[in-house]
Amino acid sequence: MARDHIRFLLNDREVTLHDVAATDTLLDHLRLTARLRGTKEGCAEGDCGACTVLVGRLEGGALRYQPVNACIRFLASCDGCHVVTVEHLRGTDGGLHPVQRAMVDHHGSQCGFCTPGFVMALYALWMENPTPSEPEVERALQGNLCRCTGYAPIIRAALAMGAHGTTDPLMDERAQVAARLAAWADGDRVEVTNGQSRAILPACVDDLAQVFAQNPDARIVAGATDVGLWVTKFLRDLPVAVFIGHLHDLRAVTETEDALHIGALVSYEDARAPLVTHFPHMTRYWDRIAGWQVRAMGTLGGNIANGSPIGDTPPPFIALGARLVLRKGAVRREMPLEEFFLDYGNQDRAPGEFVEKIILPKPAPGTLHAAYKLSKRRDEDITAVALGICLTVADGTITGAKLAFGGMAATPKRAAHAEAALVGQPFALDTLQNAAKALPQDFTPLSDMRASADYRMRAAQNLLTRFWLEQSGEVAALEDVQ
Amino acid sequence: MKDEGRITGAAHDSVIHDSAIKHVTGRAEYTDDITEPVGCLHAYIGTATVAKGRVTALDLSAVRAAPGVVAVLTEEDIPGHNDISPTGLNDEPIFTRDVQFHGQPLFAVVAESRDMARRACTLAKVSYDRADHATDIDAAEAAGYPDVTAPLTLARGDAARALAKAQHRIQGRMRVGGQDHMYLEGQIALAIPGEDDEMTVFASTQHPSEAQHMVAHALGVPANAVVVNVRRMGGGFGGKETQMNLFCTVAALAARATGRAVKLRPDRDQDMEITGKRHDFRIDYDLGFDDSGRILAVDGLFAARCGWSADLSGPVTDRALFHADNAYFYPDVRLRSRPIQTNTVSNTAFRGFGGPQGLIAAERMIEEIAYKLGRDPLEVRRANFYREGADVTPYHQQVTDNILTRLVDELEVSSDYQARRKKVLDFNAKGGVIRKGIALTPVKFGISFTATWYNQAGALLHVYSDGSIHLNHGGTEMGQGLFTKVAQVVAEAFQVDLSRIKITKTTTEKVPNTSATAASSGSDLNGMAALNAAEQIKARLVAFAAEKWGVAEDAVQFLPGRVAVGADIVPWDDFIKSAYMARVQLSAAGFYKTPEIHWDRAKGQGRPFYYYAYGAACSEVSIDTLTGETRVDRVDVLHDVGRSLNPALDLGQVEGAFVQGMGWLTSEELVWDDAGRLRTHAPSTYKIPLASDRPRIFNVALAEWSVNPERTIKRSKAVGEPPFMLPVSVFEAIGMAVASVADYRECPRLDAPATPERVLMAVERLRG
Repeated sequence: MARDHIRFLLNDREVTLHDVAATDTLLDHLRLTARLRGTKEGCAEGDCGACTVLVGRLEGGALRYQPVNACIRFLASCDGCHVVTVEHLRGTDGGLHPVQRAMVDHHGSQCGFCTPGFVMALYALWMENPTPSEPEVERALQGNLCRCTGYAPIIRAALAMGAHGTTDPLMDERAQVAARLAAWADGDRVEVTNGQSRAILPACVDDLAQVFAQNPDARIVAGATDVGLWVTKFLRDLPVAVFIGHLHDLRAVTETEDALHIGALVSYEDARAPLVTHFPHMTRYWDRIAGWQVRAMGTLGGNIANGSPIGDTPPPFIALGARLVLRKGAVRREMPLEEFFLDYGNQDRAPGEFVEKIILPKPAPGTLHAAYKLSKRRDEDITAVALGICLTVADGTITGAKLAFGGMAATPKRAAHAEAALVGQPFALDTLQNAAKALPQDFTPLSDMRASADYRMRAAQNLLTRFWLEQSGEVAALEDVQ
Repeated sequence: MKDEGRITGAAHDSVIHDSAIKHVTGRAEYTDDITEPVGCLHAYIGTATVAKGRVTALDLSAVRAAPGVVAVLTEEDIPGHNDISPTGLNDEPIFTRDVQFHGQPLFAVVAESRDMARRACTLAKVSYDRADHATDIDAAEAAGYPDVTAPLTLARGDAARALAKAQHRIQGRMRVGGQDHMYLEGQIALAIPGEDDEMTVFASTQHPSEAQHMVAHALGVPANAVVVNVRRMGGGFGGKETQMNLFCTVAALAARATGRAVKLRPDRDQDMEITGKRHDFRIDYDLGFDDSGRILAVDGLFAARCGWSADLSGPVTDRALFHADNAYFYPDVRLRSRPIQTNTVSNTAFRGFGGPQGLIAAERMIEEIAYKLGRDPLEVRRANFYREGADVTPYHQQVTDNILTRLVDELEVSSDYQARRKKVLDFNAKGGVIRKGIALTPVKFGISFTATWYNQAGALLHVYSDGSIHLNHGGTEMGQGLFTKVAQVVAEAFQVDLSRIKITKTTTEKVPNTSATAASSGSDLNGMAALNAAEQIKARLVAFAAEKWGVAEDAVQFLPGRVAVGADIVPWDDFIKSAYMARVQLSAAGFYKTPEIHWDRAKGQGRPFYYYAYGAACSEVSIDTLTGETRVDRVDVLHDVGRSLNPALDLGQVEGAFVQGMGWLTSEELVWDDAGRLRTHAPSTYKIPLASDRPRIFNVALAEWSVNPERTIKRSKAVGEPPFMLPVSVFEAIGMAVASVADYRECPRLDAPATPERVLMAVERLRG
């Protein structure tokens, strides 16, 4: 029997809701229903961070808080969570929280509209690491826009926040909050409705398989970092939505002797550590994807299943020989990742079938790797061109080549002609530049607001030069220059 | 410990922003946070989906029938004037059927919820008789589009003759992109109908008086029936100087039509699609100079994409000309503006107000000379600074307060410019794919509204009988700290702690006929008006005390927290109480108008500016010649705010303006497609700087020795706009890095913004 309501903790209050539409957002609930107006709407697309709140949930028995964009976080997906807004922050003396104190002391606000979002992102950082380094602060603030301060005083505040204190009342409440959330974990499927809209939270992966097989037209929503915009920007309805972000069994990364098995619901944030451990070349690439809030919400399975030509996961993963496991009911099938993308907006996924996991083979000896992302703004920007490279080189000769591009075609796609120009040739600059000359046979990119076709092609070609220079120990990226 | 000898929060102290604690706790109230009146409705605007054409049929039946819809408004439902043009040209209807840009408002829906209103808007069936459109300057020019307002010419001497005779002559063209304000709080208005014809509007606006007049015109009622209030904005930057008019009038029309409160808040996409932006410019220059690098003559034509109506394009393009000299003397000069109409949203004020687009042309010309003569651009700059005997601007104002030589000399040393420039040259000589550039550029920015009558302000000050003070003035708070600074001025005047002063929302009920909080003038004007009010009250208090104590007036002194009357020391509160008991008027309306300024636009002559604010920045960048990506490695700034009213807040203005200006010149790009649709209409597609884009090393200092020679408020200078132009140094440093690929033989002629794409294409062009 499905539970017909959701319940969550909102600051120190328990909230139980029966009438919830699949498209109801957490932000609207906060501002319009709960009348908590410290959380602001700046863009309603998860880009500016003014609506940042913390969402805590039990993971392996421990309570973990992460920053999320309330504007694109669906309310139904908050079942079983602890939602913390700026109104709940306070210091041990009941006054300002250390993060707030630091922001005030360092003149970290001007107009103040983005400030609650910055405070919440910094609060999330402070919980993990009250004395962060400057690069850690920058990474934590990639999802927050400020138009007034130029960020300098906010960074100064972030670097000083630990000095204002490392404890707060929420830490004291943790055990109690964890106990309340644990008590709610009934293992039931949840199904809430409002009018024609149904939101279903399956009890487990097997339950998901059953729900989806029965409702093949349902929209599966994982991190909602794209589907959220369908609702907030395009006013689309979601008659039946299946929220799966809470399914722990799909949130695991397991390691075998020769591969990483990444559950479809592993977030960008949680994928980072295993990825950069096994594929160090991914570090810089990964750190340019989205802001913290979106990295905490967005899932690798979602990024792939979505099929976008500019998804950031496919290019480096295809180059690494990733395989995809799809499941429908109890039936699973496996395919090379690149074969999943058939055409623009069309993937090799049957009705009722969902992405269950990604298998990423560990690099073989003798392989050279790189992953590059180009965008108008370095961080938190949608890709203009992305490239994943894997070359196998034996005795100075290229014996295998995978070049997978994003932003160059209607799907993430390998460059067959360029690859052919590499294989069998010596690993030399000439070879890579010859391969670059073959790229126009592989791609006819589009011009749009992110980049012109001409830029995409030239930059894509030049990235092969960058690859060779880097492999030759030369400085070929801004980050490597002193 | 409090120093008994000093008040807290005096003028020149670095006190925190008055709302800082409310900001960080989420308790600062913005318009959308105000508790709505019971029964509040929500409006949303329906817009055109073609860039030019006539609406032949507007079928709103499905809109009216949609769930929750209470009313639908079109141009027929406007009881007063269907116009919100800010300069009286009657060229800006609220709703229209004569479509001039993609996204132009056609109608509004009023519904029980915002979501219902948004959804209903999508149900309109509109037929158009389409016409050819022109979205950019070149297309508009080719199609013979008119100017939206009268152009300006500034001239001195005979530029044509001097150019013909010059040793060197270079003609060039530069394109400079526009910029969206991207204030974090979007446009919003909440209108509440009252008795008779009264209407109260809460809005996010820099110009409540204008909103008041526009609402009155649209409703067909006198201005005295309308009250506009704003406590604070979540950012303005010029985007709420006229652009709130649409939202205020539509909300008020809807409130009048329904008799209920109505809130109107567009989503971010609509906000960006239907509100104006910084003008993009196409600048043609003809430059003459001699072997020593001295400029002999300049002829410049500044064409601006104005959009479909005039809005503020006249004064914006005027100000571009006023700053086309930046800090340099042009012996013979002619500068012309071309405010051309286009089928795009009507462009508007944005921090600098055309000045940045003028200034960057001056710096381009310096670059042209430096690359042509193979000189360090800084030498060329110095050779052309305004100096004795060469101190008259193209608008015939004499520059008498120039401090750039000292400012630039100090910055050159503190930034170690010479040694670092050599290092950059050495680094580039190695020929790697990463190249570096460094540039030190100055800013001279004229302070005053060029519309002379705007240079006035009012304040209202009450001292209550308990000694507490209520401060109100016509300036608006958008984050710049104006309220804090003005309160510091009043605290200083009365010698009371800042905490005794209650800062209150801007409202047309208390101070009438105010000017926009714009042109960096907020503190200059409102600080003086508030001081005037305080001085009036103080004069009455002094007269009262002299009489009561039987002492001379000069024996009455305002000391911290107390008043000395002869040998007596009276605590402030007691003193005020006794003044009240003696029936002293403890309230005053203050007023100020900037002296000495005048401007004859037809002649192109006068003294439009009371004074100039100066600054300089040295920026070092790296670029990737394979991808065009850039990084700002180090920035040193020395900026002039006169005698700062609040160094902490002023420093914040300088840092913030710098990064905002960097965005304008690097990553912020507005893109319209062939159908005339703006494709960059939200932060996902329009990229303002992030924390990680700020300079890796960022040293910002105020020129502490600077004192405004004019009698401004506490001898301070305006700070809002001038530092916005400091990052021209970043742009020029990128240019130098690009030029290195051709051994600096050629001026890189970068257009702005220097996106990775433009940088890469410039590199490839120079490589040939």
